[in-house]
Amino acid sequence: MYNINQVNNPHHDDKLIEACSLFGMMDTTGRRFSGRDIVRAIANMHVRGNGLGGGFAVYGLYPEYDDAYAFHVMYLSQEGRVNTEAFLKQKFYLLHAEDVPTQPIPAIVNPPSVWRYFLEADSQKCDGQSPDDYVVDRVMEINASIKDAFVFSSGKNMAVFKGVGYPEDIASYFCLTQYEGYLWVAHGRFPTNTPGWWGGAHPFNILDWTVVHNGEISSYGINQRRLEEFGYPCTMHTDTEVIAYAVDLLMRKHHLPVEIMAKVLAPPFWSNIERRPPDEQNLLRTLRQVYGSLMLNGPFTTVIAHHGEMIGFTDRIRLRPLTVGVKGSMLYLSSEEAAIRLICPDLDRAWIPMGGEPIVGRLGRSNIQC
Amino acid sequence: MVTNKKGIDQTMKIDASDISYKELNARIKDAASNGVQRIELRNVYGQRYIGTGLDRPLEVEIFGTPGNDLGAFMNGSRIIVYGNAQDGCGNTMNSGEIIVHGHAGDIVGLSARGGEIFIKEDVGYRAGIHMKEYENKKPVLVIGGTAQDFLGEYMAGGILILLGLNLKEGEPQQTNFIGTGMHGGVIYLGNVVDGFQLGKEVGVGELQESDYQVLQKFVEKFAVYFDYDAREILRHRFIKLFPLNLRPYGRLYAY
Repeated sequence: MYNINQVNNPHHDDKLIEACSLFGMMDTTGRRFSGRDIVRAIANMHVRGNGLGGGFAVYGLYPEYDDAYAFHVMYLSQEGRVNTEAFLKQKFYLLHAEDVPTQPIPAIVNPPSVWRYFLEADSQKCDGQSPDDYVVDRVMEINASIKDAFVFSSGKNMAVFKGVGYPEDIASYFCLTQYEGYLWVAHGRFPTNTPGWWGGAHPFNILDWTVVHNGEISSYGINQRRLEEFGYPCTMHTDTEVIAYAVDLLMRKHHLPVEIMAKVLAPPFWSNIERRPPDEQNLLRTLRQVYGSLMLNGPFTTVIAHHGEMIGFTDRIRLRPLTVGVKGSMLYLSSEEAAIRLICPDLDRAWIPMGGEPIVGRLGRSNIQC
Repeated sequence: MVTNKKGIDQTMKIDASDISYKELNARIKDAASNGVQRIELRNVYGQRYIGTGLDRPLEVEIFGTPGNDLGAFMNGSRIIVYGNAQDGCGNTMNSGEIIVHGHAGDIVGLSARGGEIFIKEDVGYRAGIHMKEYENKKPVLVIGGTAQDFLGEYMAGGILILLGLNLKEGEPQQTNFIGTGMHGGVIYLGNVVDGFQLGKEVGVGELQESDYQVLQKFVEKFAVYFDYDAREILRHRFIKLFPLNLRPYGRLYAY
């Protein structure tokens, strides 16, 4: 659906250099909480963004439909919606469809209409494919071929809300303080090399995977070509997309644990590998050889989430910031420590992890892995 | 209430809750030009550039978490933080003092041209990057804990002291690529490092008497600020890192 003209860019330029803000918070006991705190935290980093993209991911969001794929779809025209709904009814069992509630505010200009659908797919519909693979293919099909429609969220019991605006404005627009989840991720955007359009706001999503990102993927070209060989065409005009697909490939399809996934995307330097014990050397060399073209180069911090897990890490020489906070069963990941302290002044611990080192929060595990 | 000759209260308290960094810095500047000697900031949550460009001998006490570029371009004032500092603390500072009772993020003291920075705990990447000195202007950065990678990167002058007080006896500093591109100034390291942790542009030496005098002076200040025993700290073995070449990249673009 990408309509590059719908960028709402008040600056009328296409390249701006600054930073993004990202924030993640998770209750590892699975307790659900409202979006109130994360909206305050991301708003506290307002100056990092420029109003050209804001978004949120919420896990544990739709318990009443926890086994259905929840599609969130943006439409630029009535025709886009009619065609998409016909497609969805043909390819899935449609349990429920509704307009996502919004509250018009002056800061949100020219929004697309946003709808959500709760969908099921059985073996008859999937025709031999696994339901997850089937969903990925249908999402790609809609985004590549149906005009004026864009699926930006497709997981179960979770969803993404995003658009062009500051994140706190996007939160007001989508009434996010009224929702609850056990894991929230937020992003404020400062687009650098790619346009600020509604679909290009973070988080990026496929199935229940979401990615928010601050930085620039200099290796975008080689990553994109590799991912296309695995059936992930990149359609969103932004580099972050490759992280979402790489994670889906490595973790869902190749069943790699998160620690290994992080070593593929941000591998240690060769000089560092040479100082490791032989077994570890062997593993790290193998990963660099097999997955060399999925290595992410350039400055980045990313927070990746799916059901039950939130992972944060930076590039190997930390050219973008990440601070971790822990309080009881709560894990916080943020571009800036102040945003964590604002909503949790009495942290048990706050620290800055080494470049490339993944910080993992897992459901049901109270001690945060680091 | 302490007042000066004009009858102005010399201590000013500001509750920084929900105040933007622009307004906060404007109020600090106003207070400074009105002769306020001491400013106490409460509820600081990420406001950037606090104390930027201040050029009077006043003291700013911060309770909370100041934002990036704390004390940038500061020229003669003193900032004390009861909490942690974020990235860019002391950016291009000219003179004055920053004392942080906690940790600091990346690029502490970047491009500093003078002044002194004391961090009680750890610092992030690239502490002291491109600090520089000229004649009697010499920036000093003292770190009580350990540092992440690229400590003293492209350092062109000044004094950088890494104490490693939170490391065990004999435990190496964690930082790698120390002094990469260094071409001026000096680094004093407490605790050991392995050779691979050093950048290609630094040499390692023993401290001379003149080095010990410098080290002692700043360790004593550090000990006073954070309530340590300076003699205990100075009992550790220190090594000195110095640049092998004043123009390591002089020939890089020569052809």
